[in-house]
Amino acid sequence: MEQGNNTNAVNKQVICIFVDNQPNVLARISSLIGRRNFNISTITASETNLPGITRITVVVSGDDENVLHQIIAQTEKLEVVKKAYLLDMSTTLYRELLLIKIKSDKTNRAALMEIVEIYRAKIIDLSKSSMIIELTGLPEKIDAFMNMVDCYSIVEVCRTGVTGIERGKEELKW
Amino acid sequence: MKINGGQIVCEILLEHGVETVFGYPGGAALNLYDALFGYQGRIRHVLTAHEQGASHAADGYARASGKTGVVIATSGPGATNLVTGIATAFMDSVPMIAITSNVASSLIGRDAFQEIYITGVTLPITKHNFFVNKAEDLAHALRESFRIANTGRKGPVLIDITKNATAETCGFSPMEPYPLKEATKAADEEVQEVADLINKAKRPVIYLGGGVVASGAAGELVALAEKADIPAAYTIMAAGVIGHDNKRCLGLIGMHGSVAANMAVDEADLVIALGTRFSDRVALNMENFAKRAKLVQVDIDRSEVNKNVQVDLSVISDVKYFLEKLLPLVEEKKRPERLAAIDRWKEKYRIEKDDAGSIKPHQLIGRICDMTDKETIYVTDVGQHQMWAAQYIKHRNTNSFLTSAGLGAMGYGYGASIGAQVAFPDKRVIHITGDGSFHMNMNEACTAVSNKLPIISVIFNNRVLGMVYQWQNAFYRGRLSATVPERVTDFAKIADGFGAKGYKANTLDEFEEAFAGALKEEGPSWIECSIDRKEKVLPMIPNGATVEDIILE
Repeated sequence: MEQGNNTNAVNKQVICIFVDNQPNVLARISSLIGRRNFNISTITASETNLPGITRITVVVSGDDENVLHQIIAQTEKLEVVKKAYLLDMSTTLYRELLLIKIKSDKTNRAALMEIVEIYRAKIIDLSKSSMIIELTGLPEKIDAFMNMVDCYSIVEVCRTGVTGIERGKEELKW
Repeated sequence: MKINGGQIVCEILLEHGVETVFGYPGGAALNLYDALFGYQGRIRHVLTAHEQGASHAADGYARASGKTGVVIATSGPGATNLVTGIATAFMDSVPMIAITSNVASSLIGRDAFQEIYITGVTLPITKHNFFVNKAEDLAHALRESFRIANTGRKGPVLIDITKNATAETCGFSPMEPYPLKEATKAADEEVQEVADLINKAKRPVIYLGGGVVASGAAGELVALAEKADIPAAYTIMAAGVIGHDNKRCLGLIGMHGSVAANMAVDEADLVIALGTRFSDRVALNMENFAKRAKLVQVDIDRSEVNKNVQVDLSVISDVKYFLEKLLPLVEEKKRPERLAAIDRWKEKYRIEKDDAGSIKPHQLIGRICDMTDKETIYVTDVGQHQMWAAQYIKHRNTNSFLTSAGLGAMGYGYGASIGAQVAFPDKRVIHITGDGSFHMNMNEACTAVSNKLPIISVIFNNRVLGMVYQWQNAFYRGRLSATVPERVTDFAKIADGFGAKGYKANTLDEFEEAFAGALKEEGPSWIECSIDRKEKVLPMIPNGATVEDIILE
């Protein structure tokens, strides 16, 4: 495994929230986050294998225990929230997806391909004047990749935000 | 049976024992009001002058009776006018159901006439809200609303119903109300741990809040204070839990709390916080609050732990259950020196001076208490008069001091008085207000007149917006920005216009005479009392300060 885990991932904590998949549910979560002035870096939502249940992953900057407790306890008060908990950094796998479009022609294509190769990214679209690269990994790896390519002419960037899943445990309980 | 959505609303209200609702009709609410027309004998609808008044009335009804308050409004402005009332109920954990109508589902999202996304607007001020656009979804959403409003820490729930959903018919079968989710209860070991701390403590203090009232634990609270001889200080939400004449009663805590309460907490070696949230008006300096004490917090809401002040031990529990378990484990104790110290503080810092020539706030409130019985419900607005009322009323019962504590909404008082008087037609309801607050929602006098509600409003008129005026004088070098409105309102004349009775008093004797007259009225009345604008709310501990910085004059 190229990247097992980065346990002190720049002071970021990941909270996992399971919610009823209702209209408005993301608005409820984000309204709470806004109202309480919680410092959130990213938030992602997706359906799960459980019918009617959506998983929301929130990345929080900083590791103040009280702040984390507040986010979880306040979130759990929402009617739509089934469960909210902090992911254990040491047993959780995190990933983020990057899509990036870079101007490239024959003069720099080879150099870019070399970077793509080293980062085990993928070129998923190529034209005479640009390419689209896909990269999956820890946010730190994506940051590093971004750092490598920032001397090129970037047209568009899209990052999904972090999602994470705990190793081992056989089932979710709430 | 098959009935329409409006009738379903009425049926569900009856299922939950709701016999009184407050509200205001409108276009989108026509079907709903048509249904209410058919239920007239069983559900009383009190029409207010303004939806805000209706929302405060539902709140006052709930606080006074302990039941769920229900308010109904139409779409758009009807719904937005509820916002301050819902927010008030949210901040003070009052169980309330707000039912709003919306435009027909075919028009939703098209900026139709009087369409407002009220579920979006009220997201942060409700425990939960529902948007219902089909009659068949109504019953479940309404039953859930009652369950949510009353489960755990109570609060308001809004249910927005499209016009078509109130007209469509569907099958309906009556049901028992959904059972409330059981409140979290303290584990035996947790209770024992707190009991041990209390038994070992030399200078324990109880700091109690609205949670004690909400869980119906006033009796247990007083039993604890008496058994272990522990002095108790209360927040404005818990006035009346411990009687003013109980020698362990320290009075109000916090910014305008008594010296005794704030000193006792500061000196304490153990503070037991029950059903309270260490708000910024209590823990003025969050780092130094009760700095010598071990802090124990018991609350039903886990998110209140360590939110404002770091505690040493927290117990997540219904307060009543916790106290019932705790009482047998607490040793009987006498603390004569502590109680003597409290008496000394109370004596030493009696800063109010009587005056025969003018109306002093403490004397005015003293007269009101002397001339009313023990079952009287006092309702306030927000500002100086509110603090004076909290400080000087001889509190002795729970659910008898209704005030917008957390939100601090001026204009709360008249609507809330209506709610309380409707809930208890035989009790005396006294509305203590200021000229600023009274101007905000005096329109509701018409509601009191129509419904023959003998609410007496005592208007503390100092002709300034007193609380802000006091702060501008104290902290802004007397730069009186927008606090001296130069109004010449003739309150007695206004009373005439509404069909109410108005009085004016410049001295205490005049007040007594007027009040005696007002007590005989069958409908609403008010007494305008001239107060010197130099009167301040004292003591005061400014934000960020501690009891050492207390301002006494």
